[in-house]
Amino acid sequence: MKKVERIGGNVASYVDDRTGAAKWLRKNLTKVFPDHWSFMLGEIVLYSFIILLLSGTFLTFWFDPSQREVVYEGSYEPLQDIKMSAAYASTLHISFDVRGGLLMRQIHHWAALLFMAGMIAHLMRVFFTGAFRKPREANWLIGVGLVTLGIVEGFLGYSLPDDLLSGTGIRIAEAIIQALPVVGSYLAFFTFGGAFPGEAFIPRIYTVHVLLLPGAFLALITIHLMLVWYQKHTQYPGPGRTEKNVVGYPLMPVYMAKAGGFFFIVFGVTALLGAVASINPIWLYGPYNPGQISAGSQPDFYMGWLDGLVRMAPPIESYIFGYTISWNILIPGLIIPGILFTLMALYPFIESWMTGDKEEHHLLDRPRNNPNRTAIGAMSLSFILVVLINGGNDIIATNFHLTINQIMWFTRIGVIVIPPLVFVITKRICLSLQRADREKVLHGRETGRLVMLPHGEFVEIHEELTPAQKFTLTQHQQPKALLLPATDANGVLNPQGIKGKIRARFSQAHVEQVPAPTESEAEALEGGHH
Amino acid sequence: MSKEIQKFQDPGLPEHVHRKSDVDPKAADRAERQVAILFVLSALSTFLAIYAYIFIKDDIFFFLPIMGSTNAHQLFLGLGMAFSLLFIGLGMAHWAKNLMPDTEVIAERHEFRSPDEDREDFVRTVKEQAGAAGLGRRSLIKRTLGLALGVSALTPIVLLRDLGPLPGKDLEKTSWKKGTRLVTDPGDRPIRPEDLEVGAVAQVLPELEPGKVRHLYDIAKDAVLLIRLRPSEFQLNPERLSWTHDGIIAFSKICSHMGCAVALYEQQTKHLLCPCHQSTFDVTRAAKVIFGPSARPLPQLAITVDAEGYLVAQQPFNEPVGPSYWERSS
Repeated sequence: MKKVERIGGNVASYVDDRTGAAKWLRKNLTKVFPDHWSFMLGEIVLYSFIILLLSGTFLTFWFDPSQREVVYEGSYEPLQDIKMSAAYASTLHISFDVRGGLLMRQIHHWAALLFMAGMIAHLMRVFFTGAFRKPREANWLIGVGLVTLGIVEGFLGYSLPDDLLSGTGIRIAEAIIQALPVVGSYLAFFTFGGAFPGEAFIPRIYTVHVLLLPGAFLALITIHLMLVWYQKHTQYPGPGRTEKNVVGYPLMPVYMAKAGGFFFIVFGVTALLGAVASINPIWLYGPYNPGQISAGSQPDFYMGWLDGLVRMAPPIESYIFGYTISWNILIPGLIIPGILFTLMALYPFIESWMTGDKEEHHLLDRPRNNPNRTAIGAMSLSFILVVLINGGNDIIATNFHLTINQIMWFTRIGVIVIPPLVFVITKRICLSLQRADREKVLHGRETGRLVMLPHGEFVEIHEELTPAQKFTLTQHQQPKALLLPATDANGVLNPQGIKGKIRARFSQAHVEQVPAPTESEAEALEGGHH
Repeated sequence: MSKEIQKFQDPGLPEHVHRKSDVDPKAADRAERQVAILFVLSALSTFLAIYAYIFIKDDIFFFLPIMGSTNAHQLFLGLGMAFSLLFIGLGMAHWAKNLMPDTEVIAERHEFRSPDEDREDFVRTVKEQAGAAGLGRRSLIKRTLGLALGVSALTPIVLLRDLGPLPGKDLEKTSWKKGTRLVTDPGDRPIRPEDLEVGAVAQVLPELEPGKVRHLYDIAKDAVLLIRLRPSEFQLNPERLSWTHDGIIAFSKICSHMGCAVALYEQQTKHLLCPCHQSTFDVTRAAKVIFGPSARPLPQLAITVDAEGYLVAQQPFNEPVGPSYWERSS
């Protein structure tokens, strides 16, 4: 017996003597996980969260979350003898006088961007493959919660240094609070401990940023992962993969090594970015002063779409009985984001209602095989992209020699016209891809080899697919549309009313598919050819 | 053909293909050496990071293409740390991919729904428990409990009351009063009309009363922008024209949309532009909104000169400055 095996055996007995968990642990150590590159997206999020915890803790050792006024006397000469908040001064201290401080600040910021980008990519993977379907609706909801909290956490994080750029962002957040009907000015005064900017906001959001929200993340991520563990991971369709099994590699040792290695790779990449790519150089912005601003003020990308919405809002306010309602702030700043996130959170339930599908699903959809869902996803993305473009309209205008007015009007119209167009086009593309799959299964793959027959005719050789390929391209379900009962048992016309009609219409849109080819069809063709 | 429609059959998991390192001991040894080299490189990188931390001075800058002027201390510390982590990760991935078993394993999956019998049991238990609590019958308990729970949520809300003072009339008022001198920001020097040339812009604040300190929350409402045009360029009604002095017009610098500083002035078009959301105000027409999301012009400050020839406010702002809020009356 090798030494390592003996030690391993001893450890296992030691643990079992004290927990009696031998059976459970054995089962879970050999738990099977399916392998696919797109399953790493969620891992990136988890690892960047750990990196955020580590680098963030380092930063707290020197950061002073206070808006007390101090005079800067550190080593960055351009700002010497200038009055600023202690928060800003300590951020300068971290950047210039703590060795490795700037590196950690940049790693922290890059990891935050990666955290958000990873969440969005992971969310798209889950959406487009239908991984949110029964029984995983709860995990989808937790995921939507994590994205929402991530946006807030990121905003609070880059607000902490109290520089001119982030202070402007806080000013905008204050204006949104102040615009709330009835309670707005009260809430703003409570949040800021008095008139804006006051001296209370940074210390308060510091606690939220380093304690409250990370705690919430930790809890939600734990539940998220436990559910993945308990419900077992979804898998892509293919030969040997069914709704009743999981095909992949065992946790020990392969996944431990792969996942552990991947953590170090993600950490290494963020450290590399932190080393070579400057981000949020707050010393160039100067301390916050509400009477100053710099041109090209831009939030981080995950806030950019909100800023774009606010920028494109039409200038409408109502004055009723001596009170003001700022639609130009409320609609883009609260109402539209609220509707978007609610629809996103409820989507699994909406889809299940539209299709009448109450089955468990563990095999993922290829996006083309669910054209309606894929089109809805692409439509939503195009909406966000158009408003994000408007969020950077000033930067785009200076770089591409356009006027802000041109971009603003393009996006104002585009935000209404482009998403429906994208819906239709995406759906058509999906159906075309299905048709191409069908063609491939029935007539083989085009090899590009042209052959001249004895009588001079040129034909292209088509290569028959392997049985595994044929199965992969044809295994997907082809649901039928829900039928609207014309009369019920008592002869009442259309018993489900308008709701039933809408549902039937949605269901019809959802099942629009090119029929998957079958063995019988292939055989019939075969017979015809020879 | 009356045959039933038949779908393509699942041919089952494809046969396992062995890696080179599975069948060739030499390849396996080579993979082992590669993993070891990666781990050694990681250790060397850590030493680079430590060397950079201690020995590279933090005031050495050098030029790198694309990145520009780069701090050597920060760069080598970062690169050392990055590569020490990256090489560990790459080594582990290489190890897992080439030397650990790569046979795919099949695990069974079970439907989450319990057998009908267990389920009925469970449903019955839940029903019984709910019935035993008597929530259905004893509606008085249900309602008063709802009341108590609802009301108890008020405590934390009340406890948060001391987060800040009530707004009162604070949002309506600024430090500008009749006769307050306009002083430069920065510098706090009073200004005469002749200090501003035609086409010039200046940021001003109200002169501090003796013994007072200027807070950021004062600036957040008091900041004013002075712009000098030719008097003939104004298209103002007589009242607003009387608020200008010799072609000098004063507006609140705090955007009427979301409170950013409206700091971009286009001299050619005489437009003021807010860099946050691009609300654009026409200076010649009393800061009328000509583009962007703001619904109101920037408030205009009535100015004139005092006996000593310095610019002063004729009167306070006649409307609240900054973004809208519920209690604002127009």
